[in-house]
Amino acid sequence: MPQVFRRILPQVLTLLAVILLVSLVFPGFVQIDFERGRLVGPIIDVLKRGAPVALLAVGMTLVIATRGIDLSVGATMAISGACAAWAISSGYGLIPALAAAIAAGILSGLWNGTLVAVFGIQPIVATLILMTAGRGLAQLITEGRILTFSHDGLAFFGSGTILGLPVPALIWCVAAVLFALLVRRTALGLLIEAIGINRRASTIAGINSRVLLVAVYVASGFCAAWAGIIATADIRGADANNSGLWLELDAILAVVIGGNSLMGGRFSIAASVLGALIIQTIDTGILLAGFPSEFNLVIKATLVIVILVLQSPNLAPHLARALRISRGAPLVGSSAAREAGE
Amino acid sequence: MLLTIRSLTKTFPGTLALDAVDFDLAAGEAHALLGENGAGKSTLIKCLTGAYARDSGNLHLDGAPISPASTLEAQELGIGTVYQEVNLLPNLTVAENLTFGRQPVRFGMIGQRAMRRQAEELLSGYGLDVDVRRDLGSYSVAVQQIVAIARAVALSGKVLILDEPTASLDARETEMLFDVMRKLRDRGLGVVFISHFLDQVYEIADRVTVLRNGKRIVTEETAGLDRLRLIEHMLGRELEAQTAEGAQQPAEPADPSARELHFEGIGRRGKIEPFDLSVGRGEVVGLAGLLGSGRTETAEVLFGVHPAQVGTARAPEGALDLSSPRAAIAAGFGFAPEDRKTDGIVADLSVRENIALALQARRGWSRPLPRAEQNRLADEYIRRLDIRTSDAEKAVGDLSGGNQQKVVLARWLAMNPRFLILDEPTRGIDVGAHAEILRLIEEVTRRDGMSVLVISSELEELVAVADRVIVVRDRSHVAEFTGADIAPDRIMRAIAAPDVAAPDEEAA
Amino acid sequence: MIKTLLATAAVVTLSTAAQAQTIGFSQIGSESGWRAAETTLTRQQAEERGITLQFSDAQQRQENQIAAIRSFIAQGVDAILLAPVVATGWDSVLEEAKEAEIPVVLLDRQVDSSEDLYLTAVGSDLVHEGEVAGQWLVDTVGEDECRVVELQGTTGSSPAIDRKTGFENAIEGHDNIEIVRSQTGDFTRTGGKEVMESFLQAEGGGENICALYAHNDDMAIGAIQAMKEAGVNPGEDVLVVSIDAVPDIFQAMANGDANATVELTPNMAGPAFDALEAYMADGTEPEKFIQTESKLYTQDDNPEAEYEARKDLGY
Repeated sequence: MPQVFRRILPQVLTLLAVILLVSLVFPGFVQIDFERGRLVGPIIDVLKRGAPVALLAVGMTLVIATRGIDLSVGATMAISGACAAWAISSGYGLIPALAAAIAAGILSGLWNGTLVAVFGIQPIVATLILMTAGRGLAQLITEGRILTFSHDGLAFFGSGTILGLPVPALIWCVAAVLFALLVRRTALGLLIEAIGINRRASTIAGINSRVLLVAVYVASGFCAAWAGIIATADIRGADANNSGLWLELDAILAVVIGGNSLMGGRFSIAASVLGALIIQTIDTGILLAGFPSEFNLVIKATLVIVILVLQSPNLAPHLARALRISRGAPLVGSSAAREAGE
Repeated sequence: MLLTIRSLTKTFPGTLALDAVDFDLAAGEAHALLGENGAGKSTLIKCLTGAYARDSGNLHLDGAPISPASTLEAQELGIGTVYQEVNLLPNLTVAENLTFGRQPVRFGMIGQRAMRRQAEELLSGYGLDVDVRRDLGSYSVAVQQIVAIARAVALSGKVLILDEPTASLDARETEMLFDVMRKLRDRGLGVVFISHFLDQVYEIADRVTVLRNGKRIVTEETAGLDRLRLIEHMLGRELEAQTAEGAQQPAEPADPSARELHFEGIGRRGKIEPFDLSVGRGEVVGLAGLLGSGRTETAEVLFGVHPAQVGTARAPEGALDLSSPRAAIAAGFGFAPEDRKTDGIVADLSVRENIALALQARRGWSRPLPRAEQNRLADEYIRRLDIRTSDAEKAVGDLSGGNQQKVVLARWLAMNPRFLILDEPTRGIDVGAHAEILRLIEEVTRRDGMSVLVISSELEELVAVADRVIVVRDRSHVAEFTGADIAPDRIMRAIAAPDVAAPDEEAA
Repeated sequence: MIKTLLATAAVVTLSTAAQAQTIGFSQIGSESGWRAAETTLTRQQAEERGITLQFSDAQQRQENQIAAIRSFIAQGVDAILLAPVVATGWDSVLEEAKEAEIPVVLLDRQVDSSEDLYLTAVGSDLVHEGEVAGQWLVDTVGEDECRVVELQGTTGSSPAIDRKTGFENAIEGHDNIEIVRSQTGDFTRTGGKEVMESFLQAEGGGENICALYAHNDDMAIGAIQAMKEAGVNPGEDVLVVSIDAVPDIFQAMANGDANATVELTPNMAGPAFDALEAYMADGTEPEKFIQTESKLYTQDDNPEAEYEARKDLGY
């Protein structure tokens, strides 16, 4: 446990810093009220609005750990949302609608995984296919319009609450915890990291890297399906053009802010989810601050650059050293320790 | 001498890559640099061209001391290099590639006509019929090689280094390249030529220098050099004492009926011709042959890395499926590959995780090996194989080569396989670790009854550990030695060429 | 005898030309419901007038549109309708049409080419739409204080800029009306909902907001959901005015959740066909820009009926 905490400490500190920063421009940011049976406040909005990116980041973390990338998750959201809205408006009921959406996500993942693992296509190219074609597919399902529905059961996944907490927030929390347990309580995490670091050596060591690769893309599709369900339920309609648009990039950013290397290998789902929350806190903070919208992207980009630079491995030892010097502690850099160990 | 190298030494963490190497190159000479993988050829070239900083030693070019700090500086001094993978830009024209970085400029613009003329001048005398205005990529690899040579000669003009230039050329193209090399040699350039095709070395080189384990073994005139002696130099046979000891070992009963594993007609097109092999319980079979002869390919076919297209594998309990590494592991096989960095270790994982990896893969993802069990395994093998690491949680990539190799061995020993394939288990590791690994092979076979296939280019090593030695040449298994017949000179003769090997050995 | 025959033939040809024309229509694609409705209405209008419509979907690519126009010219159509995907790069193909004496009418969007290369352009005035929406709010609130929140379109897009300008023009001089928050919702429902949530947080749970102006209906629909979930009653606690007049906003008006919308008519083809008819009949040159009506719809305009009339247009 302490090891896990040490891993996510930079992300926790960053999140706290961003919350502090937003509170400076919008003092009521951390205020939470209880109104009409639900918790209300900007922090609650962050937890709820961050759901799609947090969910995508969970799947994306696994894909990136294998040295892959999944650009198609935004389009998969649109497909899954369209399937759910189509099923519900065709009168199939809630369970079939959810099943259709999740099946669509899993199929998308199977498609990507097969292209990558069986046909050996570069992940960025393989998933680009679905990224571009997927929205067209979703539009075929919605017939090019926003397919609206009025089914309170499905809408519950977007705007419902349980014990005062928004359902989308609960969904991503549950997904993150389940996936984290799944990979860490079994050997999946180790095996995924191994193929991400050295697929050839892992295959020779007997790891079924092909099946594992397909599995991570399926996991990513599964997460994207839930994100799509939430996005569709939220506006009570499937917007094939806009649902999940560019969210794949936010998800990748969340994984990177979470300190996971795009070169694959060691990963932390918790850190990625914190990365998603950091992004959403910035987004919500910008909206609350009331700056003209022309500044939105500039502010976001600036903050992201600052965060990434502060987390950069090239800078970290210097920062650590500077901190130690300022505290007057003996100077034993981590690099020095590494040399001594060799 | 055009170029002299004296006492060049270069170390990498855990390995002495070059050990006081001397090398001379005369003007107007084609000089072949030979050696097995890891002998130090490319390290020597890289120190010479400034890609690596040498630890100690002197370089003299035309009598003046030089110390290039980059390939660019080496180029300006007169040392040009052409690598196996042509490092030019295929989407630029031939002329642009030739004049890149020093295009004729008129009024601040590149003069197309002047550039073309300059390029054509550079290429004249190379016997090429190319349109310099076409993209380089539209020509064959051989033409690209020659264009690269022309560029290197034009830029440097004293020493030309060719790193395995013929690796991807066919016979006619090779001949074309050799014509160019001869012309350059006759113009007074010193040409260094790296290859492991001995025929080519004899055809083109005036002198040969052999490196082995980072040491210069010999420099000789090609004309007077016996082919067998050359192979001897490359593979080494200094440990005469050990050889004798190896021969004295009580030979294992070579009764074929007692053999546990039978491979019949196993082969894969383009990798290794079909071969038969039987391995007994506790037996060590050695596989000897030059680089590219089919020795590694034999291992990869047996382990399902490149599954066999023909043939069968049998064990006492029945036929074996060797269609993938997973299948081979299920059949009780293990494989420590030659290139441990790309095929063996998972660098960012810890020693503990690397040791547990194959065991975990066999158990399946849903049954994680308990952490206590992993720790126990790691501690046991760190102790047993004397793996030098500060602790089991250190990333394997931070260990030295020999210790990385021990971790890969530990991974397979933890599986307790019945048949372990070791491809160059001692390459590039220090002497101490070397001896330990040989002792370990002895231990697991004699004590645990494990069968082992050892591939090595060090003949004395094979002689020391193997009960039987099979020789591979030109992608075929060509000879087999047992008992007292296992002697370096016999093996060497079988490796060298059909006309050198005795007919009875050929039949064996 | 032969002369009479020829004359008859000529008359027959002329009369068919006047009655059953062939017109080529190069559409951008089907990226939005509005665009789909435009296509549907163009087909309907052509059918009503007995015009044969050659339809070509360019799937958002200019080269497809240029190829389609060349093919229309080769087929010798009587006129061409073009909804250009981008503003530049049309000169040469428009010149080819001019040389072939085929009039071109631009729909919905403008091009940067010289005016004499096309007959006319039919489109809406985005600034005017904003003005209509703003005027409705001015008329509705009278002298009462009104704090307005604005959901902008995609930052930097011309509809967002012009609709903002138009609204500001209309409320100018009415100091009781003030835009207190303005933020982009990217023309999407999700965007509208998320931004409205933050407006509600920032403005005392919605108590300080009197009206919402959204640059399109979709954002207004998203915002309406946000208000409902926050316990604010859209249409009463907060007035909702938006632009486009898509079917769903009429449903919201019928439910009392939205108050007014300004129509961006997808019927660009009607005025275009009118202008072409006049031009072909006696050579009347139309104005270079024909502005479509920006009609205001409120809850009093029988929103149920408007919804029924529009729901099958492909929005």
